[in-house]
Amino acid sequence: MARKIYEDARSALDGLLRDGITIAAGGFGLCGIPETLIDEVRRSAVGRLTIISNNAGIEDFGLGKLLQTRQVAKMISSFMGGNREFERQYLAGEVEVEFCPQGTLAERIRAGGAGIPGFYTRTGVGTLIAEGKEVRMFGDTAYLLESGLRADVALVKAWKGDPHGNLLFRKSARNFNPVVATCGRVTVAEVEELVGPGEIGADRIHTPGIYVDRLILATSNEKRIERLTVREEAA
Amino acid sequence: MTGWTRDQMAARAARELEDGFYVNLGIGIPTLVANHIPAGVDLMLHSENGILGLGPFPLAGEADADLINAGKETITELDRTSYVSSAESFAMVRGGHIDASVLGAMEVSEDGDLANWTIPGKLVKGPGGAMDLVAGVRRVIVLMEHVSKDGAPKFRDHCTLPLTGANVVDMLITNLAVFARSDRHSPFRLLETAPGIGLEELRARTSARFV
Repeated sequence: MARKIYEDARSALDGLLRDGITIAAGGFGLCGIPETLIDEVRRSAVGRLTIISNNAGIEDFGLGKLLQTRQVAKMISSFMGGNREFERQYLAGEVEVEFCPQGTLAERIRAGGAGIPGFYTRTGVGTLIAEGKEVRMFGDTAYLLESGLRADVALVKAWKGDPHGNLLFRKSARNFNPVVATCGRVTVAEVEELVGPGEIGADRIHTPGIYVDRLILATSNEKRIERLTVREEAA
Repeated sequence: MTGWTRDQMAARAARELEDGFYVNLGIGIPTLVANHIPAGVDLMLHSENGILGLGPFPLAGEADADLINAGKETITELDRTSYVSSAESFAMVRGGHIDASVLGAMEVSEDGDLANWTIPGKLVKGPGGAMDLVAGVRRVIVLMEHVSKDGAPKFRDHCTLPLTGANVVDMLITNLAVFARSDRHSPFRLLETAPGIGLEELRARTSARFV
């Protein structure tokens, strides 16, 4: 059996990072983001990156850390609200952005990982998103042709992982992680807990290890909360 | 001109939701809809990031960083909750499995076009899941102020801002009036006006055609 568990983020990303590559990252907002691996990409100082991720964290956390250091040339994202530095770099023409509706982005990543080069969707018909894309009628409804996405390296965060690379996610930290895991030529996962073979339970595995090439125990699990909202206790 | 409060607008939208509906509530005024669900109506709330069956905000000290809604707010789990990937979440949306979507807008046109994701050169948020929701959800209800901060009509003959979706709005609830249409080929019909709002005043603050 191939050894998938690596000692740390540096060894897990060794030989994978080069200027100009495309990296896909799981997470939504600051939830379920591969904090440890992002820190290592930052430390590596590789540049001109294309990043596929729903959003780019906030100014000083998550993928925002790679925008701070100007390592990112292009983002393929659905949302930049919440990160003013991302918005500023975009409006100043310093970073290119391919806006992609959230569901279309998730499906493009899923399709890429499943070997599907393109698919038709109603999302975005009649909007700026449709510019330059084929429109095709099915019945009396117009659909846009969207392409599948692959990445040179995919980075994901999971709750539990085993030596075979099987992963289990926790609550809404699952988000984009299962599809991102499928789209990488090499996929690297960081997990909060490394468990033994069989411990996750075969029926409970969200991402089978076939999609995961390298695995580390996460050393950064800060899990910053972007918007803490609470309710009053009922009297 | 004052008309309805945000809570009254949200309560009006809540009356459109039927028992057993699967519903997506957007950020802003639409979030308030959850506080006004009529007695006897049991909804399943959907969140784009991958949750079906959203619970209320947590009590202080009980927030879980792994449990947030599409507005990135901390929430809780119920005995009905299920978690899915974002791809599965949007399969529900795109596949027409969500009964209603309530969302905010910058502009709505008389043809049901919706703009709510960018003001070119000024403000870029990105479409997030809004384009998917308006394209896939069966009934789209918009909640917005009737005019902009500088008094310009937001219910217009056509949208001036880049669209989120073309011909996607079924119902529009503003602080001044409620408009709806029976299908997406029909014009919007004025259903109700807020207390003290006359038809003449409403027309003066609206550039959209309605019947």
